[in-house]
Amino acid sequence: MTTPVQDPHAVDTARRHPDLLDALESEALHIIREVVGELERPVMLFSGGKDSVVMLHLAAKALWPAPVPFPVLHVDTGHNFPEVLQFRDAAVEHYGVQLYVASVQDYLDDGRLQERSDGTRNPLQTLPLLDAIEEHRFDAVFGGGRRDEDKARAKERIVSLRNSFGHWDPKNQRPELWDLYNTRRRPGEHVRVFPLSNWTELDVWRYIAREGIALPTLYYAHEREVVERDGMLLSPGDWVHLGEGEESSVRTVRYRTVGDMSCTGAVASTACDVEAVIAEVAATTVTERGATRADDRLSEAAMEDRKKEGYF
Amino acid sequence: MSTTTMSTEQTGAGTASTTGPARTGPTTGTATDGTAAGPVTPTLLRLATAGSVDDGKSTLIGRLLHDTKSVLADQLAAVEDASRRRGWTGELADLALLTDGLRAEREQGITIDVAYRYFATAERSYVLADTPGHVQYTRNTVTGASTADVVVVLVDARNGVVEQTRRHLAVAALLRVPHVVVALNKIDLVEDPQRVHEQVAADLADVARALSGAVPPVVPLSALRGDNVVHASEETPWYAGPTLLALLESLPPARDLQHDGFRMPVQLVIRPQHGARDATHVDYRGYAGLITSGTVEVGDRVTIAGSGRATTVAGIDLDRSGVQRAEAGLSVTLRLSEDVDVSRGDLLAAGDVPSPSDSFSAVLCWLSERPLRAGSRVLIKHGTRTVQARVTAVRDRLDISTLEHEPADQAELNDLVRVDLDLAQALPVEAYLTSRTGGAFIVIDPQDATTLAAGMVDDPERP
Ligand SMILES: Nc1nc2c(ncn2[C@@H]2O[C@H](COP(=O)(O)OP(=O)(O)OP(=O)(O)O)[C@@H](O)[C@H]2O)c(=O)[nH]1
Ligand SMILES: [Mg+2]
Repeated sequence: MTTPVQDPHAVDTARRHPDLLDALESEALHIIREVVGELERPVMLFSGGKDSVVMLHLAAKALWPAPVPFPVLHVDTGHNFPEVLQFRDAAVEHYGVQLYVASVQDYLDDGRLQERSDGTRNPLQTLPLLDAIEEHRFDAVFGGGRRDEDKARAKERIVSLRNSFGHWDPKNQRPELWDLYNTRRRPGEHVRVFPLSNWTELDVWRYIAREGIALPTLYYAHEREVVERDGMLLSPGDWVHLGEGEESSVRTVRYRTVGDMSCTGAVASTACDVEAVIAEVAATTVTERGATRADDRLSEAAMEDRKKEGYF
Repeated sequence: MSTTTMSTEQTGAGTASTTGPARTGPTTGTATDGTAAGPVTPTLLRLATAGSVDDGKSTLIGRLLHDTKSVLADQLAAVEDASRRRGWTGELADLALLTDGLRAEREQGITIDVAYRYFATAERSYVLADTPGHVQYTRNTVTGASTADVVVVLVDARNGVVEQTRRHLAVAALLRVPHVVVALNKIDLVEDPQRVHEQVAADLADVARALSGAVPPVVPLSALRGDNVVHASEETPWYAGPTLLALLESLPPARDLQHDGFRMPVQLVIRPQHGARDATHVDYRGYAGLITSGTVEVGDRVTIAGSGRATTVAGIDLDRSGVQRAEAGLSVTLRLSEDVDVSRGDLLAAGDVPSPSDSFSAVLCWLSERPLRAGSRVLIKHGTRTVQARVTAVRDRLDISTLEHEPADQAELNDLVRVDLDLAQALPVEAYLTSRTGGAFIVIDPQDATTLAAGMVDDPERP
């Protein structure tokens, strides 16, 4: 297969004025390089989802032709789409990075966490994440969060401080001036870094097209057995059981996000390649999270509350 | 700061695998004619709001998003629902809730920190930063304005130009935000909006004169009802100017306030050595950074500001292939033909290369609750270098009500002061007036690591 970044010595002619994707890419590379330049032990969150795949691609570009010098961390809910896990492992091998896994299942098995009554495990990821940060003494954690995803994320700095408890204080954030990032912190504190802050879902897809970035196949239309619940199409299996009167059927769907399989919904779609997905996203009337995440419907400030506790 | 060497402590597979993720679809990269292939994406305009508390900044951003059909159905439903629960009886919904997303903001009905929202027209893509009006949160307004191409300053038609309006206009002028537009809001609440419009325009002309800046255009509008935001209003037949959106769409792309000399602060030295995934890169050595001004071409002579040594650009690596030429705004990696001593923190420059200075004067926008006094020891981050510094003197501060400089010996929260600085290590600073990037720095507290101030170099060579 082709390497993600080709030989730069094949010199091209002049380039036109930087466009939106060039600007977003350059900003992301700049952020990643600042963190690598100023911090000792960064780590990048990596789930195999599209935003984290794009972020890892950017990291590889930022440091090319040197390898990505930091490990990646997957906070594993145990409720995985099998093809996403496979993709995660192949990508880790492809980029030659070290993978750490913080497993929610381990925490459930030994009683450090209890299963929630609604079955979703997304909120349970915070504790294993914070423990992994402490254990490995990570001082910077790259996340693929985008400000357009959620109203609490919209308030986040690009380099965002977490106190020694891993907590975010949205009422007392540092000013962030120009592109001069302050990555300093006191002992025990760490920073969360969001290189994709200013990207929208559509920008991410256009960039995937431009760069020819591979994704898990479930981001494209495929036939799948699904059950409709609260307006969401869930995939029955180990974590989604058919209830009384519920019936599943085979539909043509794709996923807009991947997460805990028990609460991440598919959308009806016939978009089977990247261009078709771009057209679909450009015309959508519902947000990514609104369409696919049952847990974000929990309450008005569900994301803010989780983020304050240290969620990504 | 020392040279960053890419470590080789990778434990994963060392070579590209054949079972790795396959590429989807054709590669649409940089085409052979040098233009990016694929659908042309519009350029970026970064907008920040400013103005006094309750002037309607958040409502205006919400209205702009709503009337350009940029609010998706589930977001609107959530905002309608939240509005109803908070006793909203007006039509539509409280559109301020589209940006006031924090629990505390919704409880208090104010903005506390910047919210970023995005929308695109056929003309351009917008990043909207909705900032707070409360004096207490001015640091967040400065955060939003520091990266803005345009600041929209709101004025409540009932109150006219007030202290916070002047403060924000002064901040925008100091930061040299390329464009300032005034939104005269809540015209639905005044008897004679035309007279108010004239009065506000006259007051703004006075402010502009005091700040020696251009007089901003004033758009009379109602964020609440949508008059003159996206759709022209029938209530203002006396106003012949454009709607706010039309005005934004027509702004020339961020008027370049930079000189065009090439500048690139070095972020990293990229040296894969034996960690190279491709044996041909074992001897690779490149200097990674963001070009902050000017352009660079293969074959150009560039100088390492500081040592003053010159070298030649042997290659520019960007994107998937090398390029012949790259311009400001792009993150690149430069290869240099001579073996020179360059590390993170150095500045590569061409043209009128700035000479390093360890003593300069600057304007600070003081953003901390702890006052600044002469003698304070601080850290300064400029480009990619952080050095120790001492504030040797606080000279004067800007009186916001008169816009005159008055003598001062300390700076308090939100003060705009002129100071003298001595540095432990010289920096290649430039006057902010000639370069928004070469003249900008941040002030950091060496003890608790907080960001204390935004700094703009006034005179790089203080006698
Ligand atoms: N009548 C009228 N009311 C308005 C208009 N625009 C905003 N308001 C109201 O003014 C109040 C304040 O609006 P916001 O948008 O929250 O003001 P803000 O400037 O964002 O406030 P801060 O961010 O806290 O500084 C709300 O009650 C709005 O509904 C307008 O054009 N006409
Ligand atoms: Mg507001």
